[in-house]
Amino acid sequence: MEGQADRDGDLRFQPTAGSAVSAFQHLEQAPEDPILGVTVAYNKDPSPVKLNLGVGAYRTEEGKPLVLDVVRQAEELLIQDRSRYKEYIPIAGLVEFNKLSAKLILGDGSPAIGEKRVATAQCLSGTGSLRVGAEFLSKHYSQHIIYIPVPTWGNHPKIFNLGGLSVKTYRYYDPRTSGLDYEGMLEDLHAAPPGAIVLLHACAHNPTGVDPTQDQWEGIRQLIRLKGLLPFFDSAYQGFASGSLDADAYSVRLFVGDGGECLIAQSFAKNMGLYGERVGALSIVCRSATVATRVESQLKLVIRPMYSSPPIHGASIVATILSDRNLYYNWTVELKNMADRIISMRHQLYDALKARGTPGDWSHIIKQIGMFTFTGLNKDQVSFMTAEYHIYLTSDGRISMAGLSSKTVPHLADAIHAAVLRLG
Amino acid sequence: MATFAAASAKPMAVIDNSQLSLCQKKFDGLRVGYAFAKRKSSSSLKVKSVSRINMALATDVSRFEGVTMAPPDPILGVSEAFKADTNDLKLNLGVGAYRTEDLQPYVLNVVKKAENMMLEKGENKEYLPIEGLAAFNKATVELLLGADNDATKQGRVATVQGLSGTGSLRLAAAFIQRYFPGVQVLISSPTWGNHKNIFNDAGVPWSEYRYYDPKTVGLDFEGMIADIKAAPSGSFVLLHGCAHNPTGIDPTPEQWEKIADVIQEKDLTAFFDVAYQGFASGSLDEDASSVRLFVARGMEVFVAQSYSKNLGLYAERIGAINVVCSSSDAAIRVKSQLKRLARPMYSNPPVHGAQIVANVVGNPTLFDEWKSEMELMSGRIKGVRQRLYDNLSAKDKTGKDWSFVLRQIGMFSFTGLNKAQSENMSNKWHIYMTKDGRISLAGLSLSKCEYLADAIVDSYYNVS
Repeated sequence: MEGQADRDGDLRFQPTAGSAVSAFQHLEQAPEDPILGVTVAYNKDPSPVKLNLGVGAYRTEEGKPLVLDVVRQAEELLIQDRSRYKEYIPIAGLVEFNKLSAKLILGDGSPAIGEKRVATAQCLSGTGSLRVGAEFLSKHYSQHIIYIPVPTWGNHPKIFNLGGLSVKTYRYYDPRTSGLDYEGMLEDLHAAPPGAIVLLHACAHNPTGVDPTQDQWEGIRQLIRLKGLLPFFDSAYQGFASGSLDADAYSVRLFVGDGGECLIAQSFAKNMGLYGERVGALSIVCRSATVATRVESQLKLVIRPMYSSPPIHGASIVATILSDRNLYYNWTVELKNMADRIISMRHQLYDALKARGTPGDWSHIIKQIGMFTFTGLNKDQVSFMTAEYHIYLTSDGRISMAGLSSKTVPHLADAIHAAVLRLG
Repeated sequence: MATFAAASAKPMAVIDNSQLSLCQKKFDGLRVGYAFAKRKSSSSLKVKSVSRINMALATDVSRFEGVTMAPPDPILGVSEAFKADTNDLKLNLGVGAYRTEDLQPYVLNVVKKAENMMLEKGENKEYLPIEGLAAFNKATVELLLGADNDATKQGRVATVQGLSGTGSLRLAAAFIQRYFPGVQVLISSPTWGNHKNIFNDAGVPWSEYRYYDPKTVGLDFEGMIADIKAAPSGSFVLLHGCAHNPTGIDPTPEQWEKIADVIQEKDLTAFFDVAYQGFASGSLDEDASSVRLFVARGMEVFVAQSYSKNLGLYAERIGAINVVCSSSDAAIRVKSQLKRLARPMYSNPPVHGAQIVANVVGNPTLFDEWKSEMELMSGRIKGVRQRLYDNLSAKDKTGKDWSFVLRQIGMFSFTGLNKAQSENMSNKWHIYMTKDGRISLAGLSLSKCEYLADAIVDSYYNVS
């Protein structure tokens, strides 16, 4: 960095001049994240009828963010507890939280837990759990290829790439049926090299909302076990998809039940509404307790140079709720209410489109599961809806049902109707 | 890892129009059936399970069998050893977490007040933007550079909330790896143990510059300057903004000027790790003076901040990475690329700690109260240093000069004890510290100084 010599010939720099040549000359501006960028664009829009159906964050019927009652109660308890302090928690997170999280996804009597075969680390929500898992695998697993479904959450390939894995795909969504391309999925997984890692959405596939049936899960399990593939579950909607914590854990428990190994990334962002607190867990189900112990020790070596130890607040809230019978029960009630409201939005939207006679088969809206609907709308139709109707969604046509209310369904239905007629 | 029968399977049978198609494969004598059902089929799916289906699982060997047991973290492992010790006299001088005179953890009053305020306000828990809480980012850069700083006013600072010091350093390291591939970071010898791990995992090469002089228990300034001068152009130089960890030895203001000179002359980039602003001297401004000196010269610098110690928010993981650029345009581009690295790491940072900081700094009463609490904490440490020095001088009859204990600054003191002597501290005296001779004064009370002095003198002279 060259400086201008001042009168004394001193090379010291003039404070306001800035460097002549910046070290960052060669940097380009990165585009906004495609999903989170939707909210950025939404925020800029002054229209009073604007609607944000981008990010998967639950909204009430009044269109407001929701902090669960049990969460507030848990926070009260935490704040009143004078014995609490803020010193570093262990690298792998709160012990109690880890136990309870594993129990939640694997089920109370899971032999994997009883046999101490599960290594669990508290991580930063789903993303952080996936990333730590990826880095662990890239360091300690012989296969560095992970198969992800098409389509999948936009952040998945980036997480795995930066985590040191290379990404391949398997067929998943069939646009002709707006359902699962089961044959294609099995074919592609069958062609995977032995030991390859396979990303599976535990339930409420994001962005399509299309899940395998229980029988299809069994077929998938058999193939994966036969080929010796390593399943890596992304469980971001347990309890939120169907309203039942156990039902939404079916696929994970099916796999763990056969005694085989898998990774599980859990998020409490949606089901506990703890989005911004970044609470999640990575569990690695191993063949034996001794392996699990060694695996856990190595997870710490991944975590320490990333952020040293995870944040205490969100995990404390989760542990408080999961360990208290009343809070736990009340949580399940609030969870079911959220899931039910979303299901009701699905039906309302479907009915509204039928009422308008919008061309096309819209039954996938009520068949799909979870927070999102893959509408089947294309990029141009999406742009049209944003420009003309101030409706914000991701360009792949995914809408967050959680962002809808009875009041706003008509507006959305109008927009879809117009988009299909105009650009159908 | 378990090996699998390398079956060269025939291509799958074509799925015909029947509602249920069966595709059979042979794998080394195992016949497994797959059932494919067309989506419209309403008849229940038949899965032909084979009696030997359990054999179809991977063999009983774990695919992670080859994973070895990792050694315990050298710093955090000290606390674990301390916990396991049942002796009454035991003392934990390992981790740098501030303790009161009663050796209890300390939650700052302003933090408690801020949390109560937050609960009353009933803030929601929505995702923060990838770059973090806006109010926090604004506050943190003001704290670091001063309220009236030109760089801030000109929009030349890219700030992204990070997971305390570690997370902020890691984001910066990932940024360096991507945009300055192959470029080295120079780190002090010694430095915080985790620095190397962070750069290793981020794929950033590093080398060391001389720093600690064991002969003087002080700064090897000539060695430091020589090593920095010898660095390839464009290298990054990791500097501790104040209260060097683990030595407690900081350059003087004049030495900082010379360091800045060399970095400018050699076209290097300064990268500050600021983990103790306000905690070292008790003054936020004084502890930021090294960073501000560089910025005032118009230099481009990286600064990682942590609120673990100065606000006692250790477990909340709150900090920031700041990149001071030569132009606002560069700052915009840099920030966008930092976000692109944060998204696949954790998507967006945790809200709780950020809200606490924003509430404390944004409220004039709380902010003043915070400054008092910081003075109290750093004051207690200075008091403990003085007592320890007095005890050491009294007990060491050889006349050795222990005054480095007073000159060193911050939470840590480099005692000059070697590995064997440090181990003697634990084994004989039940005093837990890191093997490099570092003690955390934050874990020391006035009442224990004498015991500690005895232990140090014994270890220093009777163990080699």
